[in-house]
Amino acid sequence: MSEINREKGGISQTVQVVASKSMKRVISLVMKNYTKSIIAVFICIIISAIVSSISASSMQQIIDNYITPLTKETNPDFTPLAKELLRLICIFLLGVVANYTYNRIMVNVGQGTMRVIRRNLFAHMEKLPIRYFDTHSHGDIMSIYTNDTDTLRQFIGISFPQLVEALFSLVAVFITMVILSPIMTVVSVIMIFISVQASGKAAGLSGKYFGIQQSTLGKVNGYIEEMISGQKVVKVFNHEEKNIEGFVKINNDLYDASTKANGFANILMPIVAQIGNLSYVVIAVVGGYFAISGHMGVTVGTIAAFLSLVKAFNRPFMTVSQQLNAVVMAAAGSKRVFDLMDEPVEGDEGYVTLVNAKEDKNGNISESDERTGIWAWKHKHSDGSLIYTKLEGNIDFEDVDFGYVPNKIVLHDINLYANKGQKIAFVGSTGAGKTTITNLINRFYDIQSGKIRYDGINIEKIKKDDLRRSLGVVLQETNLFSDTVMENIRYGRPDATDEECRAAARLANADGFIERLPDGYNTFLHEGGANLSQGQKQLLSIARAALADPPVLILDEATSSIDTRTEQLVQSGMDSLMVGRTTFVIAHRLSTIKNSDVIMVLEQGRIIERGSHESLLEQKGRYYQLYTGKAV
Amino acid sequence: MLKELAKHIKEFKTASLLTVVFILGEVVFELLIPYMMTFIIDRGVMKGDYGAVVKYGSVMIGLAILGLLCGVAAGLFAAKASSGFARNLREAMFRNIQNFSFSNIDNFSTASLVTRLTTDITNIQNAYQMVLRMLMRAPATLVFALIMTVTISGRMSIIFFIATFFLSLALIIIMTSAVRLFNQVFEKYDALNANVQENISGIRVVKSYVQEDREISKFEVAVTNIYRLFVKAESRIVLNNPLMILTVYACIIALSWFGASQITSGSLTTGALTSLFSYVMSILISLMMLSFTVVMITMSEASAKRIAEVLKEKSDITSKENACKTVADGSIDFDNVSFSYKAGMGKPVLSDINIHIASGQTIGILGGTGSSKTSFINLIPRLYDATAGSVYIGGKNVKDYDLKALRDAVSVVLQKNELFSDTILENLRWGNENATLDEVKRACELACADEFIERMPEKYDTWIERGGANVSGGQKQRLCIARALLKNPKVLILDDSTSAVDTATDAKIRRAFREEIPDITKIIISQRISSIKDADKIIVLEKGQVVGFDTHEKLLETNEIYRSTANAQAEGNADFDKVGA
Repeated sequence: MSEINREKGGISQTVQVVASKSMKRVISLVMKNYTKSIIAVFICIIISAIVSSISASSMQQIIDNYITPLTKETNPDFTPLAKELLRLICIFLLGVVANYTYNRIMVNVGQGTMRVIRRNLFAHMEKLPIRYFDTHSHGDIMSIYTNDTDTLRQFIGISFPQLVEALFSLVAVFITMVILSPIMTVVSVIMIFISVQASGKAAGLSGKYFGIQQSTLGKVNGYIEEMISGQKVVKVFNHEEKNIEGFVKINNDLYDASTKANGFANILMPIVAQIGNLSYVVIAVVGGYFAISGHMGVTVGTIAAFLSLVKAFNRPFMTVSQQLNAVVMAAAGSKRVFDLMDEPVEGDEGYVTLVNAKEDKNGNISESDERTGIWAWKHKHSDGSLIYTKLEGNIDFEDVDFGYVPNKIVLHDINLYANKGQKIAFVGSTGAGKTTITNLINRFYDIQSGKIRYDGINIEKIKKDDLRRSLGVVLQETNLFSDTVMENIRYGRPDATDEECRAAARLANADGFIERLPDGYNTFLHEGGANLSQGQKQLLSIARAALADPPVLILDEATSSIDTRTEQLVQSGMDSLMVGRTTFVIAHRLSTIKNSDVIMVLEQGRIIERGSHESLLEQKGRYYQLYTGKAV
Repeated sequence: MLKELAKHIKEFKTASLLTVVFILGEVVFELLIPYMMTFIIDRGVMKGDYGAVVKYGSVMIGLAILGLLCGVAAGLFAAKASSGFARNLREAMFRNIQNFSFSNIDNFSTASLVTRLTTDITNIQNAYQMVLRMLMRAPATLVFALIMTVTISGRMSIIFFIATFFLSLALIIIMTSAVRLFNQVFEKYDALNANVQENISGIRVVKSYVQEDREISKFEVAVTNIYRLFVKAESRIVLNNPLMILTVYACIIALSWFGASQITSGSLTTGALTSLFSYVMSILISLMMLSFTVVMITMSEASAKRIAEVLKEKSDITSKENACKTVADGSIDFDNVSFSYKAGMGKPVLSDINIHIASGQTIGILGGTGSSKTSFINLIPRLYDATAGSVYIGGKNVKDYDLKALRDAVSVVLQKNELFSDTILENLRWGNENATLDEVKRACELACADEFIERMPEKYDTWIERGGANVSGGQKQRLCIARALLKNPKVLILDDSTSAVDTATDAKIRRAFREEIPDITKIIISQRISSIKDADKIIVLEKGQVVGFDTHEKLLETNEIYRSTANAQAEGNADFDKVGA
């Protein structure tokens, strides 16, 4: 909003807003996709505007040239009038057709552009790095799709054609007026000028208070959201009255701002309309003077024509003042839309790809078209030769440093070696950097210095998609999608059969509860599984990972919401899932990590102890302390 | 439904009424102007009497100024009335929500309540303003203009009546079919937004499974469907404008033709014809406005419904009249208690619970996910009411207590707890708004929260971000315990409230409870055996039934569920989570 000076009102403001950078992009987007349509629309608008100014001046023609002479004849002949009216009917019909045509085309243009914008927005968003989602509130991103694109729809579909039409009819009406009577035109223009000045003032004030209203509305939203999501706590502490007190206060602020903003917006129309009426009167009086004195060739017909012309002249200004807020909002909205579209997408310089592979007796790897259960990294060298490396699941960290922001390192000097089939556990307090390490393996974030190698290949050389395909991730926060249970399990491997999905569910011990759901595997999960318990959701996401069948697993608090007894059930499934796979586990339950090959104790971004459960207990260090709850 | 909403106009009735009055005034003045034009032309210009021109001209200017004043006044009153109406509605909803019981809250999701309080109210505010300004204005313009045309020429006015009839019929047909289509569009639109929402919050899953392209093509299908529906709906709407223009042109032609013959026969003047021309636009534009207003109102109907739902929702848990205001002690009895979330439907969540807890005892509760531990303790402070049987506290049925008194006496630390954006001190004072700093400090000592608070730069004045975002899970839990302690309750219930606190601190808190507040009945839900094994008695819940109620040692011997859980957690009894945070 800052790029728009809201103090300046009226026409100049509209011009400014329309000329702003983001609006130019919207318009050029429309022009690019719909060049022919827009040309057709412009032609139709011009025709429609000309016809409507003809209709306004037609009354003068009819009164002066046909009706007045008729009154003087004793035997009036209506044929010339009939001919003239017939001619007008044809012109008018052309106008109506033109009007319908451009309105209809604009529907396609407006909605079509919206479709392109929505699609591009979503496609672009899907390719943004995780960092974007971690640093922007999800509510704000969502609001781009709902509020901001909607303001654009209003603009492209409604405001834009109306403003264009306003511009053309302004020109057409002005030309007609000049042709009819220059002196009366001057009078009209003076009146319009006054009208624009007055409405500009009101529009400026209204804009200012709309800004205040929006920010107060934001505060009210924040308060409501916080208090309602904590409503149960409010109840438990009998805090209702206090809350109401707080709410009444900001609610009153909103009322004040809203009254002012709407008040100034509301008086805009009467001002423009009544000044329009005033000009109407002035035209009548001045015109009357000229007509009586016979100066300047003004006739009764001229007056009649000017009366409707001055209304037609006023209408574009009314349109502009009506569309003003829509345009300002669309400008702000389009800026946010393009801000998202301008975010750089996740880069990928990797060239090593993941392929299905066959292994012959001598251990030579070759590429296979089918799913073989064996994968290989396909290395293409600059000289064109291909090298296949079998995917084993060895992951090394060498002197890795990482920070979410460049000069604030959160992981220091991480060294670790996970060999094929090993289970590596991370323990440590919240914020120690456990999850961060896993974010580096699948390159949700890139390291600052050091190296991470996957089967000896620097992961920066591996194509991100293929890297991620080789890693199965189960997170504490399970995200399921609005679809059937079956489709949710199938998510990671769209070509899996129903039977394979069921097998994966059995492996994760999710089979039992799924069968008890109303429609079994075909039960539709609304709102990402709002009808399931947290534990059930975790079981489903384990099944999902099991089906994807990745060689390396990352389990980040994957079983935290499952109670101890159920976890024992899941554990057997998890254990069979982990066989032969390198697994990284973050968990706070002993049972989950005890049998790990290596346990890493993290503190403030450093690995401070490492070893097996037994060896760590013997060390009597931090792990021992955490484990026994005793100070050393 | 509208009545339910209209009740809340209250003190803004005058402003609403004044809006309508001034709008009528504006309409009258506005429409008198073309009428006066007849006189200027017929008595002034045609007769060459410039004095008459000036005379009628000044009257018209006077009318325009009066019209302006009315218009401005109407605009200001409309803003006041609609903003005020919105304010009252918002406040009434918020008040009612504050009275909601837990089961009321469960009926609405937080997101939906927020939408109802914001977007829906804004829709209603706009619709109400529109109603005040347009709904009266349009018919008034229409009626008044028609009257004027009849006054000017009865026969010519037939043209207007025909035009009005034709256009309104067309508008009604177009608008009804468009509204139906638009409602379909909005449904699809909601689904689309839900899809986006899922992708934003689940972006890690999408990227981990490399499903970006599939999600994009799914989205594209949805967007295309919306596009088709929107085009279908809007192509109806765009008929409006050309239709209106067509009617205007038809009127001009008809007026010219019939006007000409009337003027030649002397039954109509040139001035009257000019005036009639200018009424064409007024009449047809007012019809147009009317149809749009009706559409706006139909579209805001959904919002009105959603608001009325909240306003009408009655709390199902209220205090009796002359309810008891003091709770004698912390003894608790469950007498044949059964409970289900939807009365009469589905499996009971708790069945046939009979338990006696003496005042001052410490009781542990253990059970698997879905064994109804939380449902059990929710019945004690009447967060929900038992479906059958009774819960007694201090020897009295909980339903006989004043709700405020009961909840002050029974302090619950919820599983999903919240801190609010305010200082630590003010957050803690939720427990007791008059607590002195010393009292607050003492509660924090008991909850082992003092150590980290003292280490914070501004200690008790440290600002807590929304939802407690700037404290760790363990710190948050300890603050919530301290807040609950400040109530100085008879019964303290901890619902898995130390899950993120490390074992050592957990033990320290329990010791403090034992030694410092021996008279308070303490009920502790935990997944950790270590947190409850020292309790006087432990309740083992399984599928909504009490399957064990005894001491740790006895349960180890007799209760299979308890023993297997204990074994699973044997050795160390440790959690590694969030330790020392």
